[in-house]
Amino acid sequence: MADPTVFGMEEKSEGFEPSVIDESRLRKPPPKYQGLRMFRRNKAAVFGLILLIVILFITFVLPVIFDGERTERVGGIHLAPGAEGSTTFGTDYLGRDVGRIVMQGGSATLKVAALAALVIVGLGTTIGALAGYYGGWVDNVLMRITEFFQVLPGLLFAIVIVALYGASTTTIVLAIGLIAWPTIARLVRAEFFRQKNLEYVKAARAIGASDARIIFKTIMPNTLPVVIVQSTLVMGSAILFEAGLAFLGLSNPKDLSWGFYIGVNRNYFLSNWWGVTFPGLMIFFTVLSLSLIGDGLQDAVNPKLRGR
Amino acid sequence: MKQIAVRILQAFGLVLAVIVLNFLLVHLAPGDAVDSLAGTSGEMSPETTQRLREQYGLDKPVTTQLATYVGNVLQGDLGVSIANNNRPVTEMIAERLWPTVLLSITALAFAVILGVTVGTLAARRPESGFSHSTTVFALIGFSMPVFWTGYLLLTLFSKNLGWLPISGMENLRFDGGWLAKQWDLAKHLLLPALSLGLIYIAAYSRLSRASMLEVLESDYVRTARAKGLGERSVLFKHALRNGIIPIVTVLGLQFGAILSGAILVETVFAWPGVGRLAFEAVVERDTNVLLGVLFLVSLTVIVANLITDVIYRLIDPRIRVSGPTNG
Repeated sequence: MADPTVFGMEEKSEGFEPSVIDESRLRKPPPKYQGLRMFRRNKAAVFGLILLIVILFITFVLPVIFDGERTERVGGIHLAPGAEGSTTFGTDYLGRDVGRIVMQGGSATLKVAALAALVIVGLGTTIGALAGYYGGWVDNVLMRITEFFQVLPGLLFAIVIVALYGASTTTIVLAIGLIAWPTIARLVRAEFFRQKNLEYVKAARAIGASDARIIFKTIMPNTLPVVIVQSTLVMGSAILFEAGLAFLGLSNPKDLSWGFYIGVNRNYFLSNWWGVTFPGLMIFFTVLSLSLIGDGLQDAVNPKLRGR
Repeated sequence: MKQIAVRILQAFGLVLAVIVLNFLLVHLAPGDAVDSLAGTSGEMSPETTQRLREQYGLDKPVTTQLATYVGNVLQGDLGVSIANNNRPVTEMIAERLWPTVLLSITALAFAVILGVTVGTLAARRPESGFSHSTTVFALIGFSMPVFWTGYLLLTLFSKNLGWLPISGMENLRFDGGWLAKQWDLAKHLLLPALSLGLIYIAAYSRLSRASMLEVLESDYVRTARAKGLGERSVLFKHALRNGIIPIVTVLGLQFGAILSGAILVETVFAWPGVGRLAFEAVVERDTNVLLGVLFLVSLTVIVANLITDVIYRLIDPRIRVSGPTNG
């Protein structure tokens, strides 16, 4: 922090008082905020963040304001949006309000995606850290396992698990978690390989820190930027996986999640485009917002990759 | 040559691992095949279930069951479909294989040809409007659920414009020559292949743009330009050869994702392939069929990876000499 070149005072060699730094003479912002500034300057990322906030508002706040039973019949069946006796977003094949169902269906999807992302990040960082830190045969075994999971066709494997073990939240979360962790494991492994021989790790080892301490307390925090960027992107693909499973009917029918609702409306899509379009738009915007945020974070964390 | 032999052995190991995984998935699931039979046929006496377990070998130790299962699968026996009068699963999958192969290959061809062309052209002028719009397009393509894309395309091209058929693989009442029949097939194929391929068109345009940007800055490309070669020759003959390597690398791995996506797309378009079969198996809780499809698709991915690996060696001379670096 006390690097004089950062604060632009190299001319002032004598009589230097640290307490009277003229803030206007700072040449660079402290490195701490550089990432945040870069994120803020990235208009697409800011747009993504706003989009995500709007989606979270629709999913978690609006249902509280407009409370009511979403399975309730509000009018005739297949009424177009804005038609006489219809609602803003139209009615479905049972005369239910599409807008209300879509508004409330997001919480299930987002919950599953968030939990799955936790499983993915947990599994991925642990396996990647162990493989990268120990190297040798540990790395060999763990990487063979990682390769095996990369070869498995993701969605199909998840479908088989959920079909065999039932469509509970736990099964779906674990199924998505199991298929998506290898990417993070590989990234974390590479980071550990890069960092494990750096001075600060040697220092930790020299003062007698245990392996567990070095892995989780010393090196892990330094892999966080990579992991955070990746988890945003992983959340997006978890949402797409959940939507795919639910579309095939592999989710809790009571949740009426976005993917599931597209699945039940699909037989009527020729005459009822709104039943398929609105839930799909929500999935699309949610994944888009996460991709935009992830890209923005990527640029902030690793400016060299910008525009690539 | 030796490296390729090692790769083949590794691939075989992966195939065995998939078979063991399949076995474990069923073995660890609550209830066995006899329980589900008993469930579908009503009351069953303990003696009958006991006899059936013996008949299916379910009373033997787990290791014996596993050995039998692995042996059967290696001989191409994936069991029978309970929901379809005990038809052999292998036969059912074989029947549905061609439509899925056709669909996936077409989608992949769209993805590689369109994606690489767009990415290469975008890399030539990275600050142009065209280049920026490909980045936006890639983001949009990434974020659309494939089945939803399918319905959007259907609504636009089949319902509103009436240009293309809504579902299936061929017009059943079709009457005409061979050529007309192929044209009919192509019309049915276009939308499913486009829906399935969209996300990969997006992915490849982004990937090839990034890799071409890097290659175009390299010395040998400058040399090629300095020699006075035309832009097209520099771009597509010199630069692309290196720029395409990352695409080839991910191609093999993404084959599994494409075939998985085919389940969703085939369900949307009533395309009579393996994916549609998997969906039917989900609805009918037909475990053997599902596991059969999982095995077959995994096998395809493993083989595709093996082929990719060989091609990779052929196009990148550095790997041909020194072998891939681990990392």
